[in-house]
Amino acid sequence: MTELKRIIKAGFISFMRGGSVSYAAVLVVTITLSVITFLILLQAALYFSLDLIENKVDVKIYLTKGAPEEKIMLLKSSLEKLPEVAQVSYLNAEDNLKDFRLRHSNDYPTIQALDELNDNPLLATLGVKAKEISQYETIANFLKSNNALVLGSISIIDHTNYYNNKLVIDRLNTIISGAQRLGFLITLLLVILSIIITFNTIRLTIFIAKEEIGVMRLVGASKMRVRGPFMIEGAIYGVIATIVTLILFWPVTAWLGRNMTSFLSLNIYDYYLSNFFQIFAIILLSGIILGVISSFLAVRKYLNK
Amino acid sequence: MALDNVTVTITAGEFVSIVGHSGAGKTTLTKMILADVVPTEGTVFFESINVHKLKNKDLTKLRRRIGVVFQDFKLLSNKTAYENIAFAMEAVGKTDEEIASDVPHVLELVDLSHRLYHFPNQLSGGEQQRLAIARAIINQPELIIADEPTGNLDPINTHEIVQILKKINDLGTTVILATHNRGVIDSVGKRVITMENGKIVRDAKNGK
Repeated sequence: MTELKRIIKAGFISFMRGGSVSYAAVLVVTITLSVITFLILLQAALYFSLDLIENKVDVKIYLTKGAPEEKIMLLKSSLEKLPEVAQVSYLNAEDNLKDFRLRHSNDYPTIQALDELNDNPLLATLGVKAKEISQYETIANFLKSNNALVLGSISIIDHTNYYNNKLVIDRLNTIISGAQRLGFLITLLLVILSIIITFNTIRLTIFIAKEEIGVMRLVGASKMRVRGPFMIEGAIYGVIATIVTLILFWPVTAWLGRNMTSFLSLNIYDYYLSNFFQIFAIILLSGIILGVISSFLAVRKYLNK
Repeated sequence: MALDNVTVTITAGEFVSIVGHSGAGKTTLTKMILADVVPTEGTVFFESINVHKLKNKDLTKLRRRIGVVFQDFKLLSNKTAYENIAFAMEAVGKTDEEIASDVPHVLELVDLSHRLYHFPNQLSGGEQQRLAIARAIINQPELIIADEPTGNLDPINTHEIVQILKKINDLGTTVILATHNRGVIDSVGKRVITMENGKIVRDAKNGK
């Protein structure tokens, strides 16, 4: 217990006396943590945009004119039972007409042409949203298959727009999975790079204390008594760097929130504030682990001589 | 070969000076007592303990019974005089109360009471060596090994260091002093072992 107290105290004193060395170490850890924070926000923005794009995709099932309501509802509920389906929305012909008029309210020729007709030319539709963009094919196959026939609902399906949309859906699917993979690779690469840089900086700070380590051993100090204060110092680098990083990101995210929200379609500032504690926990833990483990490994080299 | 067929017995409470040119084997001899250097042949006994048969843990225990002073002081440069001594006491597990009462006492013994909160680089060479001696004796070792303690010091400081070592010896601690400086030996006036090329060429009881 006294041992632990002494180690912690020695760590703090050595940090305070470290001067420019402590300053440099905190700076480098801050850079690493900033990279990690930046990547968290980037991933959030990326996933949010990809989600948004995914949500714009759906498959519309156009139903035959005069299809009985109960059959439509039966098809809807059987679609909803599919594990791949996220949502099915039913719009009858009148709804679609209203919607169409609204969308083309500035397009007089079209509206006029529509007014010429006595009948509603539009069909009732079922809009199907899949959980994953790659699952539309399964759903399209389901609609063609015997399952639908057994339910007797193939007769009410006029056509689906899946095969029109197939090209777009496939391409989006490739882009999204590619973007996710690329994002992950870049994240991994940057994190590894900054960890290497931090580790080497901390190693340099301990290299300076190489002689001290030898003298401490000579005086009869146990390995833990020598190593402990360096590990505490590493943890202090992590804690201070965390605080600096989180303060730095306040104005940065505020600026991004004000100027980039329409581009990213996500308000980074709101995201930062609402996830503050998760980000804080991730950054703090990364900082402390990075500092402590780097110190531990760096001291080991001189301890075992 | 740094040492060649050396046999020497030092009894408790003695003050032994080992003299010889650089490379004569003085440092090797002291390092063998600390089990820092292993002899190719022969044994080294501390009391009845064969020091080269000790396991790591027991070796640490043995080293705590021996205080060492070096030519280059080997102080902790980012700790104050007080903390340097306190660290040596912490290392052997002394309580905070013991540290608070013993450190000022030992610093007074080496005349550094006014330098408690100075860092080593704020002290003169003589003061640094006195601090190193204070650290070596703080845990009441039975033996002090001083390897060229005055090598970096001027004559006045050298004299002071020798006087301190004699005082420690008077208090009952065995002292082994290795040096190449004849003047130091003369001012001690005790047993002198002269070494040359790894051999003991003279062992004089009354220091010349």
